[in-house]
Amino acid sequence: MIDYSKVLSETVKEIKPSGIRKFFDIANTMEDVISLGVGEPDFRTPWQVRAAGIHSLENGATRYTSNRGLEVLRDEISVYVKRKYGVEYRPSDEILITVGGSEAIDAAVRAITEPGDEIIIPQPSYVCYEPIVKLAGGVPVIINTKDENDFKLTREELLSAMTEKTKAVILPYPCNPTGAIMEYEDILAISEALRDTDIMVISDEIYAELTFGGKRHVSVPSVPGMKERTILINGFSKTFAMTGWRLGYACGPCEIMNMITKIHQFAIMCAPTTSQYAAVEALRNCDAEVEKMLEEYDMRRKIIVSGFNRLGLTCREPKGAFYAFPSIKSTGMTSEEFCEKLLEAKHVAVVPGTAFGNSGEGFIRTSYCYSTAHIKEALRRIGEFLEEIKK
Amino acid sequence: MDAIDRKILKFLEKNARMDTADIATVTDISEDEAAKRISALEKAGVICGYKSVINWEKVDTDSVSAIIELKVTPKAGFGFEEVAARVAKYPEVESVYLMSGAHDLSVVVKGRTFHEVSNFVSRELAMIDSVTSTGTQFVMRRYKEYNVELIGEESDERSNISL
Repeated sequence: MIDYSKVLSETVKEIKPSGIRKFFDIANTMEDVISLGVGEPDFRTPWQVRAAGIHSLENGATRYTSNRGLEVLRDEISVYVKRKYGVEYRPSDEILITVGGSEAIDAAVRAITEPGDEIIIPQPSYVCYEPIVKLAGGVPVIINTKDENDFKLTREELLSAMTEKTKAVILPYPCNPTGAIMEYEDILAISEALRDTDIMVISDEIYAELTFGGKRHVSVPSVPGMKERTILINGFSKTFAMTGWRLGYACGPCEIMNMITKIHQFAIMCAPTTSQYAAVEALRNCDAEVEKMLEEYDMRRKIIVSGFNRLGLTCREPKGAFYAFPSIKSTGMTSEEFCEKLLEAKHVAVVPGTAFGNSGEGFIRTSYCYSTAHIKEALRRIGEFLEEIKK
Repeated sequence: MDAIDRKILKFLEKNARMDTADIATVTDISEDEAAKRISALEKAGVICGYKSVINWEKVDTDSVSAIIELKVTPKAGFGFEEVAARVAKYPEVESVYLMSGAHDLSVVVKGRTFHEVSNFVSRELAMIDSVTSTGTQFVMRRYKEYNVELIGEESDERSNISL
């Protein structure tokens, strides 16, 4: 009999599965749930993108691509990033196509992390950063961003977390779960804090195109002084409703991209070929489709935010991504308690803010990747729940 | 007609049952103003009605539609308007369009049976003086109407929670 506990890596064992695993299991197996719980678009991939994938299969494009990804796709990414964010990257050695943004984050962290290096992570934020840093032998240093700062990372917060061991800072904006964005001045302040250091930035901009209220996304490397220290992460999942295609990309200085490519080459070989062909079509011809989805998201965003505020759950206007992050502090419950009771009493599934770090306490993450009728039914049930717990 | 009116029209075109309160929220105006604007658009004949998209194939009801192509001799001084107006009066007629190309008017006719529709074409439409020929094409199956796919894609297969 093999004692598996002795076989397994200590680092992996130490990574705790999310503490609310049980709640997730219950939510995911419960029938007739009205959920505001998912982190992916309800839209299907635009038809012409699917058609391009099908067409590539018909043409027999079923082999590996080059490690860095199809040349034509890297060319298109270069054009797209320039057109959208005003930053130029060379397709030949500054762009790598990856299996989703997740792989890009993992490879980027591994490429720069020596054992003991500190990587700064603002929270509440997406759940992958901390485990990835630990697996790479790094030490996650958490900054708890604040509600009153709209959950932006401030210069002061960053400065107070920086030490001699700081290797990099992760900028997860637009932010899942808070919906926070970083505007030009906010990034400029970060850039000042990092000036004359060798600290790198991993900027996860997967929600870049989902920015609302007339605010255009400002890409971190477009801000003076940032390009040389930034690894830009983006992908197709959220913007083009392509989650299942598993396709993302990283852009950065060639010295770093060459090392990230090395990791990618040995671990992954190349991103899925069909997805790469489909993505070319997405970048070339889908502005109108994306615009339509954005209009729909914006409508839902306004309905859900005004709905929560009307119910007395204070909700700041989320400027990006597709989540609202209302405060449930007025109920006196913890986030987990609130979510468990709401699920039990009303069969509405939302995610406790604490799933995204301790600083998410007092908040819930609600996704608006649902029809307005669905959102309104969920709000109605939450309203009933709030009335019942008052009694 | 300003940008907000256009927005309201877009929302209502997609969902005629959208609440006035929701329309107000998403266009950043008061509920009162939203109601006023909608009623003004109705009075001006911009919003001509509110209907539902119904897939009658799922209901046990006899229903047949056909597209009838009419060739018409236009009348001096009236062009196609007079005959189009006359065709539009029939309750069996759902839509009337003036077309470019080989025929002049395209008419969508709805009835309970094939027989009823063909009778209507031969006894009514074909009898109109200025109509010189009719071509009847029956609808065999509906896949999409008013931008709604009637043979919908599979339902939401996403889990209840994912991060």
